[in-house]
Amino acid sequence: MQRTVTVASRVGLHARPAAVFVKAASAATLPVTIAKEGKEPVSARSILAVLGLDVRGGEDVVLEAEGDGAEDVLSRLAELLTEDLEG
Amino acid sequence: MAGPVALMGVPEPPPGPDAPPAGPPAEETERALGALRLVAAELGRRAELAGGEAAEVLEAQVMMAEDPSLAEAVTARTEAGVSAGRAVFEAFGVFRELLAGAGEYMAARVADLDDLAARAVAAAAGRPMPGVPVRDEPFILVAHDLAPADTALLDLQKVLALVTEQGGPTSHTAILARSRGIPAVVGVAGALELAEDELLLVDAADGAVYVAPTEEFVEQAREREAERRAAAARASADTAPIRTPDGRTVKLLANIGGAADVPDALAAGAEGVGLFRTEVLYLGATEPPSYEDQLTAYRAVFEGFDGRTVIARTLDAGADKPLPFLPLGEEPNPSLGVRGIRAFRETHEHLLDTQLAALAAAAEGTGVDLWVMAPMIADATEARWFAAKARAKGIAKVGVMIEVPAAALCAREVLAEVDFASIGTNDLTQYTMAADRLVGALGALQDSGHPAVLKLIAMTAYAGAELGKPVGVCGEAAGDPRLAAELIRLGITSLSMAPAALGEVRAALRT
Repeated sequence: MQRTVTVASRVGLHARPAAVFVKAASAATLPVTIAKEGKEPVSARSILAVLGLDVRGGEDVVLEAEGDGAEDVLSRLAELLTEDLEG
Repeated sequence: MAGPVALMGVPEPPPGPDAPPAGPPAEETERALGALRLVAAELGRRAELAGGEAAEVLEAQVMMAEDPSLAEAVTARTEAGVSAGRAVFEAFGVFRELLAGAGEYMAARVADLDDLAARAVAAAAGRPMPGVPVRDEPFILVAHDLAPADTALLDLQKVLALVTEQGGPTSHTAILARSRGIPAVVGVAGALELAEDELLLVDAADGAVYVAPTEEFVEQAREREAERRAAAARASADTAPIRTPDGRTVKLLANIGGAADVPDALAAGAEGVGLFRTEVLYLGATEPPSYEDQLTAYRAVFEGFDGRTVIARTLDAGADKPLPFLPLGEEPNPSLGVRGIRAFRETHEHLLDTQLAALAAAAEGTGVDLWVMAPMIADATEARWFAAKARAKGIAKVGVMIEVPAAALCAREVLAEVDFASIGTNDLTQYTMAADRLVGALGALQDSGHPAVLKLIAMTAYAGAELGKPVGVCGEAAGDPRLAAELIRLGITSLSMAPAALGEVRAALRT
């Protein structure tokens, strides 16, 4: 199951927003991957891999998870990315 | 001062690709992952103590050390027979490359990764991690060497004393530690062989370190220290000027690094400040200090010395004492390179102008008698250049430091350009003896009481007397009770030292 989301934070998935996102993904019941469109997906539980994607504010990312509850997990994470996490 | 040892490791080169593993793959995997856990735990402790924005940065580093992808990359290597240290180094390397490729946003993260990798490599080898250790209880810091910036930021509540393998008695680390009142013994060969948490007694006055001392011995040392302090306190209370047999008065002044040192200097009976090391305020600054920042910082110092003299030295940067905002580049021989006033002669002249203006403005209305001097002046041409600049900014008393033997040999010509001179015996000794201050093994040559150094001091003092211009000493020699009397006999007009040394020197000169 996939979900495409536009990253709201101005700094993108760097610094604090990246840490908040990875923490949430690590707490999720299912493994989740994250990818920039058309690129290889990486584990959303890896801060280093997520930083390496170099996602800027306003860019789209694709979240993916499979299995029971995947929809819930993706919704929660997608919601996180549409918030401004810099505060 | 006695307490438990806390070791600060040296960043070491990573193990090579062919470094033999110490054990079978399963053991190497556990060693490597264990090292990552140690790094995460250490940084977690720091985050807890740091709070605020620093805590957030440190927590992000903990997340990196705990990153499951990193652990996978490490395990894949150790299981293929790579040593733990090499596996950790290579795994960090993979992500380093990824982040370095991701653009300028990532420069700071790449630096974080390098720091983590250095820590993990040391931990995998069972050695102490680089970086000042963080402990709940006070400790004695044992390090290979300490950058001046690290020394300046040491937590005085936690660091009881400092012991380093490198560095001579006049290295910046030793001086800075002394000025902050941290007992320090430098140049102790093999100090890093000490065990973590071992009890250590540091006797800074004698420059000695005792391993696993008996309770009785610690008690005796404590009593000796108390006696020394009491004698110094008695002498400090008697602040009548020191007079020489030939009727001159000699001023006893304090070396300070900022407003924080002013209460100590006044309490120790300093008649003024003979060396205000302005760069100490900015050792950690990545941006040049603004005019306003400097104005505030200088005024805070000057206000404590209403009606007295404060000699401020302009920013003294060097490759061994770097100011991050003043990039000087790598030099093959830093002590002979672009340092002191040389750093401002070419590209950074405007920073010097700003500082001189800020010093002059800060003195206004405080009642302080401000003198300003430049470090590392080599000859009369440089002295003239600096004097013109300083006078143009409204500095009334302009001087130079005599640290380069050339300046001492031509003291008359140099002094003719300025109003006073102050001899920096630490650098003057290093340059006269051709013995690097930072090399512990050359400690015996770093002797400011060497006849060769004393001759240069005498020449400078003589030139000052001829021209009627004050010549002081502000190096460590001034704070050495055994040398102070000798310096005065040579014609030196003031001695400036760490506030903690004033009492003892005063006591020595009275007898």
